[in-house]
Amino acid sequence: MSNSDFVLAVEDLTVSFDGFKAIDNLTLYVDRGELRVIIGPNGAGKTTLLDLICGRTKSSGGSIKFKNQEMTELAEHAIVRAGIGRKFQTPSIYENLSVWKNLEVSFPRGRGVFGALAFKCTDDVKARIEEVAAEIGLADQLSREAGLLSHGQKQWLEIGMLLMQDPELLMLDEPIAGMSVRERELTAELLARIGKNRAMIVIEHDMDFVKKIAHKVTVMHQGKILAEGPMDKVQADPRVIDVYLGH
Amino acid sequence: MTKLRHWLGTSDIAGIVILALVILVVMPLTADIFRLNLIGKYLTYAFVAVGLVMLWGYGGILSLGQGVFFGLGGYCMAMFLKLEASDPESTKIQSTPGIPDFMDWNQITQLPLWWEPFRHLPFAIFALLFVPTLLAFIVGFAMFKRRVGGVYFAIITQAVALVLTVLIIGQQGYTGGVNGMTDLKTMLGWDVRTDSAKYILYYANAILLFGAIFLCRWIQKSKLGTLLLAMRDKEDRVRFSGYDVANFKVFVFCLAAMLCGIGGAMFALQVGFMSPSFVGIVPSIEMVIFAAVGGRNSLVGAVYGTLLVNFGKTYFSESFPQLWLFLMAALFIGVVMAFPNGFAGLFEDFVKPWLLGKREKKPETPAVPPVAPVTMQDDDVSKTVTTRTVDSGDAVSAPTTGRMGPATA
Repeated sequence: MSNSDFVLAVEDLTVSFDGFKAIDNLTLYVDRGELRVIIGPNGAGKTTLLDLICGRTKSSGGSIKFKNQEMTELAEHAIVRAGIGRKFQTPSIYENLSVWKNLEVSFPRGRGVFGALAFKCTDDVKARIEEVAAEIGLADQLSREAGLLSHGQKQWLEIGMLLMQDPELLMLDEPIAGMSVRERELTAELLARIGKNRAMIVIEHDMDFVKKIAHKVTVMHQGKILAEGPMDKVQADPRVIDVYLGH
Repeated sequence: MTKLRHWLGTSDIAGIVILALVILVVMPLTADIFRLNLIGKYLTYAFVAVGLVMLWGYGGILSLGQGVFFGLGGYCMAMFLKLEASDPESTKIQSTPGIPDFMDWNQITQLPLWWEPFRHLPFAIFALLFVPTLLAFIVGFAMFKRRVGGVYFAIITQAVALVLTVLIIGQQGYTGGVNGMTDLKTMLGWDVRTDSAKYILYYANAILLFGAIFLCRWIQKSKLGTLLLAMRDKEDRVRFSGYDVANFKVFVFCLAAMLCGIGGAMFALQVGFMSPSFVGIVPSIEMVIFAAVGGRNSLVGAVYGTLLVNFGKTYFSESFPQLWLFLMAALFIGVVMAFPNGFAGLFEDFVKPWLLGKREKKPETPAVPPVAPVTMQDDDVSKTVTTRTVDSGDAVSAPTTGRMGPATA
């Protein structure tokens, strides 16, 4: 458990549910600015791993260090404030609020009760909202009710809500599920842009998409890491072909 | 005025002005003092309903124990009034003069120490505001930090209501028991039973109520209000946006409790007594019905709901005393099934578009009758789809279909 240069260092992480080890002694390092994709068959523990990192599930053992700071004991909101953002699998946005409000609420100021009462949407907040809206391609949708957006736009909005907080580590759970071909391309470009100054962990099944975005790929199987490395190397690994990619 | 309009939105102002006219002008002009005092009593429940709009409508937290906080506020005020009514002169026939009559009946010979501060009005006011808030803080902190919510939270608040009722009834030497504290007469020498005092108290109550509505509206418009809505719909997203969700729930629970406390105190002043029958489970549920009928998302609607249900209660319980409880239950079920957003929701969905449509269409095409929400074939519509331009209170909302499904909320 030494200090390191990695933005995220997961070491010997274990979690068991009633004796079933969903994550089994897993060790994973993510570099600064790296875009890591995690792939693996259903039930491999990919989403559980993200849940553990963001504090939604408590680990049974092991350590998670973010910028050398231990995360396993922190509450969810404290982990977010430390700089870890998490996007859920299904678009998780505030459907009844406008796109603008969705972004405004995500701005990292006025996070206490009385801070929120006193919060004013000042010019810097407005500028940030407009900047992020342009980034995610929703600049002309700001006054729309978020529930009326298309599925792809909802996914982008949730990414935008995370960008408002400018996290150093962004975790995305199947960001392109249900998207059209064109939307997938746009998402790949978006991820490439926002990945310039932060690390990202992406869970994805679409191999073409993974090839396009990944710096490094981690293959999980039964709560363990099966293989890790560049995409072509992983794809050629016989064990990976056996359990996941198929012959 | 422009600032106020910017802050509230035109339709908000219209709603509040109309309510103010009804409460401050129409009611006092049309009702005799007996009826007006009755309306004043109903309006003390409106504090609870307004609190429930924040807690339940906005925060999505259903409490079935708001009577607890109403009662605590009421008892704090009643204790002060009771002590003033129990001066040695007017209680000289007791075996211990100078203590409240129910203490004397229960062989208590000395005023308990914790009653002493209630001799002073400032302390009583402080207590009626902060005792309910403190209890709400303790219950809320214990529950919300442990992520207890939904039905479980509602049941726990019911248990609290039951516990407090049992406690008050059981400790009758200190609380007046099941009869409560009766014969409240004066406040700082001012006789609260006279007609003129009743008028003044009615207006004081109404003004406090509007103060509460403005405060809540301000909170709704702040980021905290947006967060409450966000939490109601996607709690996890709020949590994983760096907010400690429990703190916001505790806050809104405390706010609702404090409003209940004010309502309870005004009740004790206007009605002249306080008893455990306003604390327990049944009154607490009735208070939820007030908010539900009026519209749990509308502060103004909740006040109308309170008035309406209580008028109904008074009328029916005078005419058909056995039927009232059934009617009340039918009303609650009807509201939940047919229009979950209460009368305010009906107004928003049907009356308002109609009014706006009328106003806009009239100049151009006077021949065409104003079209209310376009109703599509009944068999293929089960839900109202409303397109709304968000964040402008007076924007035209254009419901595309009529008929409401049960699950629009």
